Amino acid sequence: MSQFTEICQSLFSGFGLNLALFAGTLIAAIPLGLIVTLGSMSGFKPLRWVTKTFVWIIRGTPLMLQIFVVLYAPGLLFGMPMRSRMTAVLAAFIINYAAYFSEIYRGGIESIPKGQYEAGQVLSMTKVQVFFKVILFQVIKRIVPPMGNEILTLIKDTSLARIVGVAEVIMCAERFTKEGLIGPLFSTGLFFLIFCGALTLLFNYIERKLDYYKN
Amino acid sequence: MPILEIKDIYKNFGKTEVLKGVSFSMEKGDILAVLGSSGSGKTTLLRCINFLETASKGQILVDGKSVFDANENRKISSKELRRKQLNFGLVFQSFNLFPQYTALQNVMLAPTLLAKERDDYKENKTQIIKEIETDAIELLSRVGLSEKLSNYPCELSGGQQQRVSIARALALNPKVLFFDEPTSALDPELTGEILKVIKDLAKKHITMVIVTHEIDFARNVADKIVFMADGKIIESGSPEEVIDNPKNERTQLFLNKFNKE
Repeated sequence: MSQFTEICQSLFSGFGLNLALFAGTLIAAIPLGLIVTLGSMSGFKPLRWVTKTFVWIIRGTPLMLQIFVVLYAPGLLFGMPMRSRMTAVLAAFIINYAAYFSEIYRGGIESIPKGQYEAGQVLSMTKVQVFFKVILFQVIKRIVPPMGNEILTLIKDTSLARIVGVAEVIMCAERFTKEGLIGPLFSTGLFFLIFCGALTLLFNYIERKLDYYKN
Repeated sequence: MPILEIKDIYKNFGKTEVLKGVSFSMEKGDILAVLGSSGSGKTTLLRCINFLETASKGQILVDGKSVFDANENRKISSKELRRKQLNFGLVFQSFNLFPQYTALQNVMLAPTLLAKERDDYKENKTQIIKEIETDAIELLSRVGLSEKLSNYPCELSGGQQQRVSIARALALNPKVLFFDEPTSALDPELTGEILKVIKDLAKKHITMVIVTHEIDFARNVADKIVFMADGKIIESGSPEEVIDNPKNERTQLFLNKFNKE
């Protein structure tokens, strides 16, 4: 019995780290992604080029490798080693997800018909007003399904943190395999499954809420 | 003094010249119908006047004051451009209503945003919004939609959507209201309701420029017709002159085609 409690405690505290990584990444990457989008859609060519290269590199290399780079590069290149592995992992996740989110945003923004901007312009609205009062809401409605996809992937990706020794749930469970117990490792799947189920319900709810109009 | 004066407008997209020197002028309360086959530059002309495109040559004056001059090199601030834009209203062929807002919200949005720039906005906010709402309801009733205030565009027929967009354009009190083929995206049976609304506006002496393929309608409602071909006005005059007794061969050909249909 005490072993069961020990396993539970260990797994729950491990999954706490997964959730922290998940929440931290979303809070920072959602707005950061928008900034990246503005860069990749900018009329200023050098900025657009730099942003697009950045997105290419981030999307074109494994997240696992990016975690190593963020952890070791500051120490090796600038003599300022990362103090906390968790911070390094979080930073890598934020950068990676901001790049993916930015492409979803860009797709959403570019899918809004030009006529919406023109209608706003002939009604003497400023560009900022057109974006925030007319375009943004329609973009949000359109990007909820792809963002949902990406966010489901995120919670599962958080288990990559173990490769630099952050004790997330799978790493916690692996300790028990050394004691001959495989059950804890397999049961970590339940954590992800239940959490993703809840997220799916949330996204369905948001989609329904936004469904009061059709395009 | 003419309320609107268009002087020698040219517009090219790359090497394609779409407008090759278009000029006309109108007095307050005039209704001008622009006819011409597809590709003659009618829509581009409206877009140039409404600042959606920048003409490569020419000048546009409202009440004798220049609002656009292609020779002027200085950069116009966006604030100044928006003030100039207020002179004009534009009704699009494809309505372009904001789908996430109700009919009433569509009409109220621009006036509400504009009111925020007023000095007394903060003190009299409730009253100002109330006035904008009253005006918007009055406009929507005028186009026969008093029952549809809280409907979203997706819940309205094409004709109703176009009437909302007319009310939306009128809400800013433009000096000249432009229509870009307002009935082209509509079924024939819905066309009538739009034409009726435009006729009602004509009775209220609203200055209008209407790009249309509805020849009979143009004859009934317009004071003046211009016929465009190849980016130029090739014939202009009263409906009797242009529609009933066209002198130019191209006009005759175009009208013959319509009469046969």
